[in-house]
Amino acid sequence: MSDPLQRPSAEEARERRLFEIRHEAEKKGRVEAIGIRPQGAPFPVASPETGYYGVPLLKEPPWTWQIPPYFFLGGAAGSAAMIGLAARWVGGDARLARDCRYLAAAGAAGSAGLLIADLGRPMRFLNMLRIVKPQSPMSVGAWTLAVFGTFSVAAAFAETLNRSLNSVPIQMIGNVSETISALAGLPFSNYTGVLIGASVIPLWNQNAATLPIHFGMSGLNSAVSILELMGNENPALNTLGMGGSAVECLEGLNVELSKNPAMEPLRCGRSGWLTRIGGVLSGPVPLALRVAAAFVNQRRSCQLRRIAAASSVAGSMLTRFAWVHAGHVSAQDWRTPLGIAPTQGRAGQPKEMPIRCSDPTAEPPMRVEGVPL
Amino acid sequence: MSATVTGFLTDSTLCIGCKACEVACKEWNGLADDGLNWSGHSYDNTGAVSHSTWRHVKFVEGKPEPGFGGNAAEHLSWEFSSDVCKHCEVAGCLEACPTGAIVRTEFGGVFIQPDVCNGCGYCVVSCPFGVVARNQDDGRAFKCTFCYDRQKVGLQPACAQACPTESIKFGPLEHLHIVAEERMQELQSRGMEDAQLYDPQDTSVGGIHAMFIVRGDPRQYNLPPKPEVPTQYLKAGWTGSAVAAGLLLFGSIFAFLGSAKR
Repeated sequence: MSDPLQRPSAEEARERRLFEIRHEAEKKGRVEAIGIRPQGAPFPVASPETGYYGVPLLKEPPWTWQIPPYFFLGGAAGSAAMIGLAARWVGGDARLARDCRYLAAAGAAGSAGLLIADLGRPMRFLNMLRIVKPQSPMSVGAWTLAVFGTFSVAAAFAETLNRSLNSVPIQMIGNVSETISALAGLPFSNYTGVLIGASVIPLWNQNAATLPIHFGMSGLNSAVSILELMGNENPALNTLGMGGSAVECLEGLNVELSKNPAMEPLRCGRSGWLTRIGGVLSGPVPLALRVAAAFVNQRRSCQLRRIAAASSVAGSMLTRFAWVHAGHVSAQDWRTPLGIAPTQGRAGQPKEMPIRCSDPTAEPPMRVEGVPL
Repeated sequence: MSATVTGFLTDSTLCIGCKACEVACKEWNGLADDGLNWSGHSYDNTGAVSHSTWRHVKFVEGKPEPGFGGNAAEHLSWEFSSDVCKHCEVAGCLEACPTGAIVRTEFGGVFIQPDVCNGCGYCVVSCPFGVVARNQDDGRAFKCTFCYDRQKVGLQPACAQACPTESIKFGPLEHLHIVAEERMQELQSRGMEDAQLYDPQDTSVGGIHAMFIVRGDPRQYNLPPKPEVPTQYLKAGWTGSAVAAGLLLFGSIFAFLGSAKR
């Protein structure tokens, strides 16, 4: 083996190879070699430890940029509908309930638009409503969106009409619609976690149980925060925000402390930093600000809550982008679906090395020594 | 209409790597080319099955193995295996499809109806074999149709028709199970002890309609040892969803109860 640092140019190597063949023919009377050694040799060899040349088995999600904002908006809208119902009947805060109706309706319309735009054939969106399929979260989600969208828009419409008309039947229609929209909002705010959890992407399905809780609480946080940014100061929102941020802190710990190699994309590389920044913005930062807001005077409290709200909204959006991006990284990892541990099958690294932050797209090891070409 | 359930048995010990199946499949189904790219992975410049490649020949280079398959002692072993949609008994793509575009045909194959598919892409992340893919230009998802059109009129799929060595066997699935068993016995009696039948019946996929006979570890051929249908994660997922919904419901009620008192 020649020194790789002094690798001859492709041309030199080719010419030298011709001389080798001529030499071999002169010596033995025939040439037995099965091929030439092109630049880049030795080639990788397929083996149980290397899979099929490190070609990823799974396909990456084909979704476009609309999907993370869809997850964000759906979470916020679904939670807002429930918050609105509670605000009206338990808290007696009519202004907050009104804003919730508007947020739910706008969120439903926006998320429907995003979802349709992501389809390969947007004109065929209604094909989603051809059948009801409980075993497909995409089908359940499409129906939930249809019900939620219809009734949250109806509730918001009744609200606007009622401001000028003030008629009892319209109020009743509005209240019934609001209730149905809140009930549909309960699954709508978190089903996207089930959607990606029930997939073959290792990172997602390893978190199938916690993803809906994570996405649901992230949705709650963003709903609370948007309502606060719309000028609502009801202290119940701060309480809800505190609860949501606390759960997000737990989720952050879950990600950072996990020893599961499939979780690596949430800690490493670009997707890792996205996850981390999103997690800090939606967990500890708003939690601290909201707790502080409970102990200071009214004016100061509102300021703190607004900062917490802005942080939550940004964190919540980043988190969805992070999970989708990390899903792509996870799909590129050729080792996990083949049941190959990340320590194995990596070029030039002993098995004792710590597992953290291996490159999932790392090339498998090169051909074994001593194999003639 | 009831028809016999059919299957593929792709025998890599008979494959000569000619790619006639790939060409026949592309021609019959009018599939686009995949570009001219050099992968550096033996004679395989395609890499994997995709929306435009429904048959794909894998070239697996291994350590020198003297004695069998015509290999001289010092030469590399070289296996070829023609990959295809597995037409799973419990198919992830079929379970996931929200439009009902993906159906099971009377021949037991899994078929995407192109006039129904709206390109949501959920089947792509639901296939444990990474077979289904969305054509980003067209928008819809595509994969092997098991030549449903040809089977309808009693013909065998184009790839099996074109295969010169009968490495791709097509026939009634039950019959192929017997053929596979006999072939395994024959190979083993001839000393090819590393030959294996790939048909993951003990996983949630529950068996496949396109089985493979390969030499050595199936992982070398990108055949996963434990393919799982993602519907098995639904229980955990919806439980988590119920917990989240409960937190939202009771959290809202209690938060406003607390604030109403003040």
